[in-house]
Amino acid sequence: MVQMELYLIVSTIMMFVGIYGFFTRRNLLAILISVELILNSVDINFAVFNRFLFPGQLEGFFFSLFAIGISAAETAVAIAIIINIYRNIRNIQVKNMNELKG
Amino acid sequence: MDYSQVLLMRSELSLLAVIIILFVYDLVAGERGRRYMHPLACVLMLAHVLVNIVPQADTLELFGGMYRSVPMISLVKTILSVGTLVAVMQSGEWLRREDTRYKQGEFYTLTLFTLLGMFFMVSAGHFLMFVIGLELASIPMACLVAFDKYKHHSAEAGAKYILSAMFSSGLMMYGLSFVYGTTGTLYFDDVAAQLTGTPLQIMALVFFFAGLGFKISLVPFHLWTADVYEGAPTNVTAYLSVISKAAAAFTLLVVLVKVFGPMMAAWDTMLFWVIIASITVANLFAIRQTNIKRFFAFSSISQAGYLMLGAMGGTPGGMTSMVFYALVYMIANLAVFGVISAIEQRTDGKVSISDYDGLYRTNPRLTLVMTLALFSLGGIPPFAGFFSKFFIFMAAFGAGFKVLVFVALVNTIISLYYYLLIVKAMYINPNEHPVEAFKSDGWTRVSLLACTLGIVAVGIISGIYDGINAFAF
Repeated sequence: MVQMELYLIVSTIMMFVGIYGFFTRRNLLAILISVELILNSVDINFAVFNRFLFPGQLEGFFFSLFAIGISAAETAVAIAIIINIYRNIRNIQVKNMNELKG
Repeated sequence: MDYSQVLLMRSELSLLAVIIILFVYDLVAGERGRRYMHPLACVLMLAHVLVNIVPQADTLELFGGMYRSVPMISLVKTILSVGTLVAVMQSGEWLRREDTRYKQGEFYTLTLFTLLGMFFMVSAGHFLMFVIGLELASIPMACLVAFDKYKHHSAEAGAKYILSAMFSSGLMMYGLSFVYGTTGTLYFDDVAAQLTGTPLQIMALVFFFAGLGFKISLVPFHLWTADVYEGAPTNVTAYLSVISKAAAAFTLLVVLVKVFGPMMAAWDTMLFWVIIASITVANLFAIRQTNIKRFFAFSSISQAGYLMLGAMGGTPGGMTSMVFYALVYMIANLAVFGVISAIEQRTDGKVSISDYDGLYRTNPRLTLVMTLALFSLGGIPPFAGFFSKFFIFMAAFGAGFKVLVFVALVNTIISLYYYLLIVKAMYINPNEHPVEAFKSDGWTRVSLLACTLGIVAVGIISGIYDGINAFAF
C-alpha cells in the first residue's frame, strides 16, 4: 500500500504550485485554474487523513465532497464574471484590468 | 430522525420566508408590479427584524451539534438584519434606474442569501457548517459586486473579489485539513479539547487566520478591498463594508477564543502585529485617496483593525465591546454610504472627494448627516463612536495589551485628520459648481434619519452596552 506521506507530498506540491500560479499568471482563466489546484489539494488532504488516520469515520470524506461542490459553484460564478469581462473589453489579460487603481 | 428541530431556527426560517416571498413575487409580478418590489422588500425585512428583535433566550444544539445558538449569537443576527434592512432601504433609488430596474429582484435575493450564509456561519458548531456558511455568504456577494454588468469596472471588481475569495477559502480549508489531521474531528468543542499547540497545528492556525483575514480585509490580506469597494455599486459596497465584515469578525473571534483557545499564545502575537499593521497602513493610505469610495475602503480596513482589538485576550468583555463596536460602526458607515449613494444617483456618478466641496451650501441636511457619521467614525466624544472606541480600548487594556492600545490611540488621532478633511471639504472649500440641492426618496431619508438617531443615541443610552454585556460568553 502506498504510504500516506506520498499523498501528502502530492497535495502539498499542488497547493504551492497553485499559490505560485495565482501570483504569477497573467490570464484570468489561468489564475482560476491555479485556484482550482489549491482547492483540489484540500480535497486530497481531507480524504487522505480520513483514510489513513481515522479509518472508522467519514467526516473527512464528507468535507471533501462538500468542498468539491462548493468549489464548483465558485468556479461557475467566476467563469460567468470572466465571460462578462470578455464581453466588455474583448480581453481577459490581467494587464487590461487597470481601471481600478489608486 | 426528528425534523421538528428545524423549527427552532427562528431567524433563519423567517429570513428564508422573506427570500421565498420576494423570489416568487419577482417571478409573478410583471413590469408594473415590480414598482412595488422595493417597498415590499423593506416591509418584509422590517417584519423579519421585528420577529427577531428579542434574542432567543435558550441555548440550542441542533443536528448533532452542527448548528448551535446562544443568546449572543441570536443578538448578532438581529444586528446584522437591522443593518441589511437599512442597506436595502437605501438601495431603492439605484434599483429604480433604467438599467437595473428589470433585475432588482435578483438584488434582494442575492443580498438576503448572503445574509443567510452569514447566519449559518455565525452559529456554526462544526467546521463544515462554517465553510458552507462562509461560501454561501461570499459566492452571491461576488454576483452582487459584478451587478452592473455593462460597466467594466463592476465586472473587474467582481473578478477580483471572486478570485481572492476563492484563494482565501482555499487557504482556510487547507488549514482546516491539518486541524482535522491532527485532531480527528471538526466539531468545535471536540477540536478545542484536542488541540495542544504542536507546530503543525500552529501552521493550520496561520492558514485559517489568513483565510478569514481576507474576508475581514486585515492588512497583509487587504489588497482586494480598495478595488472592489470602488468598482462595486455603492449600495453593495455599503453592505459589503459593514454586514459581511461584522459577521466575519465576530465569527473569527468566536473561533479563535472557543476553538483555538488552547493556542492563545500563538494567535495573540499574530493578531497583535496584524492589528497594528491594519490600523497604521490603512490610515496612511487613506490620506492620499481622491475617490471617496476608495477612501472609505481604507477607512474600513483600519476600522476592522480596531474591531479585532476585541479579540485580544479572549475575554467576555472583549466580545461585548466588539459587538458594540460593530453595531456603532455599522450605523455610522451606513449613514456615510447612504449619503454617497444619494449624491451618486443624483449627479450621474460623482464619487471623488472634490465633488463634495461646498456641499453645505446646497444640501445642509445631507452634510450634517455625513459630518455626524464622520465624527462618530473618528471617535469624537458625544457621539456613539467615542464610546465604542472607549470600550474596546478598555477591554484590550484590561487584557494587558498596553502598547497595542497606545498605538491604536495614536492612530485614532491620525484618522481624525483625514475624516475631518472631508468635513472641511464640505463646509469650507470653495466651489463654483457644488452638487445641486436635491431631495432623495422617502426610504433613503428615513434610513438616514434612523442612522443619525443611532449615532447620537446609541452611545449615550448605556442600557445598550449593558444589554449586550449580559449575553457575552
